[in-house]
Amino acid sequence: MPKTILIDTTRCTACRGCQVACKQWHGHEAVPTKQTGTHQNPPDLTPNNFKLVRFSEQKIDGRVWWLFFPEQCRHCLQPACKATSDNYVDGAIVQDEATGIVVCTEKTKELTAEQCTEIIDACPYNIPRRNDKTGELTKCDMCIDRVKAGLVPMCVKSCCTGAMNFGEREDMLKLAEQRLAKIKGEFPKSDFEAMVWCDVSQTCSMLDQDDLNVIYLLALPREMYHKFARKESKPLNRADFLATLTQPLRSIMG
Amino acid sequence: MTQHWIDIKNANAVLIMGSNAAEHHPISFKWVMKAKEAGAAVIHVDPKFSRTSARSDLHVPLRSGTDIAFLGGMVKYILEKDLIQKEYVTEYTNASFILGDDYKFEDGLFSGFDPEKKKYDQKKWAFAKDENGVSKRDKTLQDPRCVYQLLKKHYERYDLDTVSSITGVSKENLLKVYEVYSATGKPDKAGTIMYALGWTQHSVGVQNIRLGAMVQLLLGNIGIAGGGVNALRGEPNVQGSTDHALLWHIIPGYNNTPTTAWPTLDDYLKANTPVTKDPKSVNWWQNRPKYVVSLLKGWFGDNATPENGFCYDLLPKLEPGVKYSSMFMFDRMYAGKMKGGIMFGHNPAMSFPNTHKVRAALQKLDWLVMGEVHDTETCSFWRGPGVDPKKVQTEVFLLPSCQRGEKDGTTSNSGRWHQWHHKGYEPLGQSKSMGWIVVEIMKKVRALYEKEKGTFPEGILTHDWIKEYDAEEMAMRINGRFTKDVTIKDKTYKKGDHVPSFPSLQADGSTSSLNWLYCGCYPEPGKNLAKRRDHTQTPMQAKIGLFPNYTWAWPVNRRIIYNRASVDVNGKPFNPALPVIAWEDGKWIGDIPDGPAPPMAMEKGVYPFIMHTEGHAQLFGPGRVDGPFPEHYEPVETPVTKNPFSSQLSNPCVDLFSSDKDVYTKPGDPNFPIVLTTYSMTEHWCGGGDTRNTPYLLEAEPQLYVEMSHELAGEKGIKNGDPVIVESARGKVEAIAMVTVRITPFTVQGKTVHLIGMPFCFGWTTPGVGDATNRLLPSVGEPNVTIPEYKACLVNIRKADKVKELAI
Repeated sequence: MPKTILIDTTRCTACRGCQVACKQWHGHEAVPTKQTGTHQNPPDLTPNNFKLVRFSEQKIDGRVWWLFFPEQCRHCLQPACKATSDNYVDGAIVQDEATGIVVCTEKTKELTAEQCTEIIDACPYNIPRRNDKTGELTKCDMCIDRVKAGLVPMCVKSCCTGAMNFGEREDMLKLAEQRLAKIKGEFPKSDFEAMVWCDVSQTCSMLDQDDLNVIYLLALPREMYHKFARKESKPLNRADFLATLTQPLRSIMG
Repeated sequence: MTQHWIDIKNANAVLIMGSNAAEHHPISFKWVMKAKEAGAAVIHVDPKFSRTSARSDLHVPLRSGTDIAFLGGMVKYILEKDLIQKEYVTEYTNASFILGDDYKFEDGLFSGFDPEKKKYDQKKWAFAKDENGVSKRDKTLQDPRCVYQLLKKHYERYDLDTVSSITGVSKENLLKVYEVYSATGKPDKAGTIMYALGWTQHSVGVQNIRLGAMVQLLLGNIGIAGGGVNALRGEPNVQGSTDHALLWHIIPGYNNTPTTAWPTLDDYLKANTPVTKDPKSVNWWQNRPKYVVSLLKGWFGDNATPENGFCYDLLPKLEPGVKYSSMFMFDRMYAGKMKGGIMFGHNPAMSFPNTHKVRAALQKLDWLVMGEVHDTETCSFWRGPGVDPKKVQTEVFLLPSCQRGEKDGTTSNSGRWHQWHHKGYEPLGQSKSMGWIVVEIMKKVRALYEKEKGTFPEGILTHDWIKEYDAEEMAMRINGRFTKDVTIKDKTYKKGDHVPSFPSLQADGSTSSLNWLYCGCYPEPGKNLAKRRDHTQTPMQAKIGLFPNYTWAWPVNRRIIYNRASVDVNGKPFNPALPVIAWEDGKWIGDIPDGPAPPMAMEKGVYPFIMHTEGHAQLFGPGRVDGPFPEHYEPVETPVTKNPFSSQLSNPCVDLFSSDKDVYTKPGDPNFPIVLTTYSMTEHWCGGGDTRNTPYLLEAEPQLYVEMSHELAGEKGIKNGDPVIVESARGKVEAIAMVTVRITPFTVQGKTVHLIGMPFCFGWTTPGVGDATNRLLPSVGEPNVTIPEYKACLVNIRKADKVKELAI
C-alpha cells in the first residue's frame, strides 16, 4: 500500500519548520543566500534543499492573500523522472514497491548533465536538482529511511498545525476529501461569520491526487501559488506515461 | 496567561492583537487552528499582514500605537448595545463600586496630577467607604459615581468616526471586529485575547493590556474555558524569569523589592500586606508575611531568625521613587556611574533602543563579564563598527555558557506549566550552565570575603549558599522545606520535609521556600511534578483539555486562574458544555478552584478575584501610575499633532532621558514623517545571537529587510530588493527593501501616513547581514514598568547609493 503525504495549505503558517527539519535530517549544508525582497529563501530547490516553502502574495478586491506552498517531490504513481532515467542508467531512480516512494540513488552519478536536464524537464513539477559537485541528481526521498523504520517523514513530524499529514494512501485521500468537503460546505455558516469569513468554496481544490502520492489541498486557484504547482504538461495518465517511454529515442534521433 | 495553550481551542472568537502568534509562537497556532476548525472566528489586528493574518479570517491593519483608541471604541460599542454579561459584571467586577469625591477625569488627565513630577497622587482615585470601611456599591449600576457609569462616560468620546480617523482603521472593519468579538458576551460563549510585545512595547503598554482585560471582563471572558487574557511567552522563559523575579522591582513570587522607606521587616510587611474589612473577600495577599519570611529562610537558612528579622536588614534596598530598570541602568552607565557588570544571555548592544547609546555606555565600564553561547555584539562591543579597540579600557571576560539541551532545568511556559527538561547531551568544550557559573563565582567571592572581610561582609557571607549547583536541589529549595518539626492540622512534618503546598507556609520561620507560587511542585523527595507526562483526566476535564496530570502549573496546579468566575454565584458553570469547575454535592470538581470556599452566594462563600483586596476584578484600576482607566495617548514620536480625545498628546507620565544621545523627534516633524515599527520573526530569536549562528536559519532569513507598501516605495523611487537607508534622529540603518501588498498606507485624520516595519535581529558579528535596527529607536519608557517603546517611532527612508553593512 503506497504511503501518501497530504499537504493542507489552508493550515500552513509558513513557519518553515519542515524546510529546516528536512535539511537537518538529511544533514544538508546550509546554502549562502541573500535577501532579495521576499521571505522565500533559498529562492529555489537545491541539492541541499529538498523542501522549500514558496511564498506568493496578491491583493484581490482589497483583500490580501499570502499563499504558502511547501514544495517537494510529488512522488508520482507513474514517475516520469524514473521512466526517463531508466532509458540511460537502470536503477538511477527507483520506486520502492512497498511504499511508492521515488528515490534518486547514487547511480544518478552515472547520468550525464544533459541526461539530468532531460529528467528534470520530464518532471511536470520541476523538482529534481543536479548536484554539480558530485554529479548526483537529488530530490525529496520522503525520508524513506524513517518510513521504513516506522517513523513519519521529518517534514510531517515538524509540522505543528496539521498542514503536513502522512499515512496510507487510502486514508490520506479520505482525509483530503473530508477537509475539502468541510471548506466547501462551511460558507456561509451564519450572518456574523459570513462577515469575516472569505468564501473559497468555489476555488478550493486538490492537486492531481489521482496521479500523486504527495497531494496538495489549496484554497485558491493553483496558478496563484506557484508556476509549477500545476503540471506544465497535461495530466499524466497511463497513455501519457507510456508515451514518455519513447521520448528519449525521439530526442536521440533529433 | 490566565489560561494555557490547549485552552485556546475552546474559544468561539480569537482576537490576536499586539501579537504575530503564528510567527513568534508557532505552536500556538496548533490550537488556534483547532478553534477555527470548530467554527471560531479568528481576527488579527496588527499594522502588518503577517503569517498570522494569512491564517486568520480577518486581518485589520491598525496604525501602531492606537490600540487603546481601537479597544476604547469596542468598550463604547459593548456598553451602548448592552452586550455585557450582566451577572458577571455586576457580581464579579468592580463595576458597582462607587468612587470617592476626589476622582475626576478632565481633558486627558485624571485628578491628582503633578505636572512637575509627572506623577499622579493615586490616593485621589480611592473608592468611597461605608461606616465599616467596606467599599460602597450600587448593584443596580445606576449611581452616577459608580465605576460602570464612569466607564461609560469615559469611553463616550471613542465614537466610530474619531476612532477610525486616529487608528487608520475603516469604520467597516471596526464594526466587524466589534460585532464578532462582542458576541462572546453571552454566558455560553468565549472569546480569547492573544497578545505579546505588540501590546507591551508602547508608552501606554500596561494600559493596552488593562483595556484588553477590561473588554474581557465586560464580556465575562475571564476564568472561563476559551477565554482569558493571554500573554504569549516564548523561549526566553519570560514567564519563569518573571515568576523568579529576574527584574529589579520585585523579589521572587511577586513581592516588592525592599526600599529604604521600609528599613525593617515589620515596616516592609506592614506596607505590603493589604487589609480588607469585607468578610467575603479572600484578600490572598494577607498571606504575604508567610511568603516573604519563607523566602528569607530560603536565602539565609539557619542564619535567619525572628530576632534578626530573618536577615531582612542584609537585603540591598532601593531608593523610593528611583527606577533601576535597564534603560535607567544604561543611562547611568553612559553617565559613567557604573564600574562593571555581569550579563547572562542578554545582548543589549542589539536589543536595546537607542543602541548607539548602549554601545557607547559599555565603553565606560572598567570590566564586563558575559555568559554567552555565542560571541555577540555585546561581548565584542570593544571591536564593533567605528570602535578602536586600543581606546577601549573595558576588560571583557566571556564565559562560555552551555545551551539549553546541554543542561537539566525547567521552563515555565505561558500557561504557567512548570516543565522539566532533561540534559540531552554533554556541554561542548568548556561550556557550563549559568547556574554552575553563578554558584562557582559566588563561592570564590565568599572565600575572598572570608579571608579579607572588606566592606559589609555579612551581606555576602550570611547566605545559605549552595555547595554545588544542582537543578534538582534548586527545584527542591524553590518548593521549600520545613526548617523544624511542625504540626499543621493534625499532620506532623519533620525538619527537612518538603512543604506540601503554599497554604502550609508559615511566617514564623518554620518553613523555607524560594518562591511561594511554586510551593507544591516538589511535594516530597523523589516527586518532582515538573517531570510528569501523564495524559489522564476526568471526562469533565477532557471536555476542555485540562490535562491536570501533565507537568504542574502554578499556583497549586490550577490550570485556569480566576476560575471561580466561570460559575454563577451558586457554583453552576456559565457554559455547561465547557465547564472549568462546578459545585456538586458540596464540593468543587474539575480544575483546582481558586480556594476551597463554597460558591459566592452560600454562607462562607467568597468573591472570585481572590488576588485583589476587594475580591473583584478591576474595571477601575487605581493601582497603575498613569491612570485608573486606559486613555489614548499618542506614541512619544508620532506623525499626529493633535490627540482627538484630549489636549494631552502623549502619556503624561512617560519616562524620557536627557543625555546627549537621547534625541527625540517632535510630533509631526516633516523630516521624519514615517512610522517605524519593529518586530521579530519565526526564523530568528531576539537579538539573533543564537539564530544567526545557526546556519539553516540564516539561510532562510539572511539579511536585514524593511517591509513597506508599494505606495511608499513608489513615492521614494524604491524597488523591491533595493538597498535602502532608514534614518531617524538617532542614526541610520541599512536594509533591503521588501515592497509588499501586506503593508498599506493609513489614512489618519484625513492624511496619508506611511508605516514601515523592520526586524531587529541582524547584527555586525555576522558579516554582511546588516546591523542593529534598534540604533533608530528612542529611549522611551512606559511609566509603570519602563518597557521601551519599540513599536512606534519616526523615521525617513531613501534609496541607498552604496552600502557597507550589507553584502549585496
